[in-house]
Amino acid sequence: MATLPALIERVRQTQAWKSVFRRGPARSNRTRSLAVFGNLFLHYLPVKVRERALRVRATYYLGSISLILFLVLSITGIFLMFYYHPAVPQAYRDIKDLQFVVSNGVFLRNAHRLAAHLMVLLVFAHMFHVFYRGGYKPPHEFNWVVGVILLLVTLFLSYTGYLLPWDQLAFWAITVGTNIISSMPVVGGRVRFLLLGGNLVGENALLRFYVLHCVILPLVAVWFIAVHFWRIQKDGGLTVKDTDERKE
Amino acid sequence: MSEKNKYEAGFGSHALKNPQRIVFTTKKTSAKVQDVAEPKVMAYPHLLMREAIVFQVIVAMLVVVSLLWDAPLEQLANPLLTPNPAKAPWYFLGLQELLHYFPPLVAGVIIPTLVVLALIVIPYFNVNINGAPLWAAKRIGALQGFVAVLVALVVVLGIYDAWTVLVPTALIGGLAVYSYFFEPEVGGWKGYLRGRPVSWWVMTWFIAVSIVLTLVGTFFRGPGWSWVWPWRPYGA
Repeated sequence: MATLPALIERVRQTQAWKSVFRRGPARSNRTRSLAVFGNLFLHYLPVKVRERALRVRATYYLGSISLILFLVLSITGIFLMFYYHPAVPQAYRDIKDLQFVVSNGVFLRNAHRLAAHLMVLLVFAHMFHVFYRGGYKPPHEFNWVVGVILLLVTLFLSYTGYLLPWDQLAFWAITVGTNIISSMPVVGGRVRFLLLGGNLVGENALLRFYVLHCVILPLVAVWFIAVHFWRIQKDGGLTVKDTDERKE
Repeated sequence: MSEKNKYEAGFGSHALKNPQRIVFTTKKTSAKVQDVAEPKVMAYPHLLMREAIVFQVIVAMLVVVSLLWDAPLEQLANPLLTPNPAKAPWYFLGLQELLHYFPPLVAGVIIPTLVVLALIVIPYFNVNINGAPLWAAKRIGALQGFVAVLVALVVVLGIYDAWTVLVPTALIGGLAVYSYFFEPEVGGWKGYLRGRPVSWWVMTWFIAVSIVLTLVGTFFRGPGWSWVWPWRPYGA
């Protein structure tokens, strides 16, 4: 019986493994570099990072946590979509089913809601932290603008999801919010009509918010997140300050 | 550039007429990067391991809290039964609190638009890039102008009875004025405040107002947007 490391080594020597991971084990800096830029998902990262940029106080991982929450929201959201119809009053019954019928349905909904509120909080925290570190300064100015767009997308994602349970809380929160839009000069009423698909928060509004929440806004978010990450590297990596002490 | 240029610049693509070519590169590159020699480590595994650990910690915490804390679900939506108060999600309660004081056009459209525009233009103003301390020049005229704006703001907020905006505004503004009189050699928190640029003061004011408005809107507002205490439940 072979030991585990020997077994792993044997698997790595197989044709199948090598067809997926063309590089050898990441034991030299050459293969470690290949591990990053030979991978579609990791090539957004630089091959080397400054030690100072890795310090916790440089980021507090606020941007990373925002992305992690977005991933958690995508996964729990897809599971929730399996049990949900964007129709009145079936939407509310589906949420009731999630609570009382579907296995782990309560957990699924709790996790999605908690991650959503945390993401709004974390995106705000990320922005303020970047501001106080001066991370918006050139050459990062455009990435700051992309970040502001992502903040708005995050708020809108959270807000469109708020209506979907179709309970009193959801209905009146959206009614209060969309009434504000009517006070826009000239176009206010029309923008509200466009968003709600009617003059009142009704089944058209539910369908529109559902499509925005599950299709359009996630796509917009993914697109801007990709630009946001790509630009970090193109703009020369994370902001490090002269006052950040070096790790010995 | 005083030396006379030995070469002439021009365009030409005729290989027989101009057999000699010269290639020159400019200093500009597509990526605006200035590399500084300093200790670096490989992203794989040093960065990726950290990200993986953060991922695990966050997901574990999410699972634990989700098991213990249930999401609220009220009655089926009923357009004929308006709850009092009807509240927006928590991140819009600051706006809703503003709507209580100001006309909808101001609080619901103009202020949010200005906030977003202000956030976007931050990196395009040199005053935010240089980050010189607010009172670096120590000009009395600048202080007078600042106080005038602050007093005007406080008066307007007072006319509209917008106390939840006025209090954090007066506190942060007062602190900024106070920092004018700190001695140059002073240390500690006074020394810290003395070195803050104008962008720091504006953002700190914005965050202070946002937090106060959101907390008040969430916990201290009851029926008819009246003031309530969170430990005294209303409507029960």
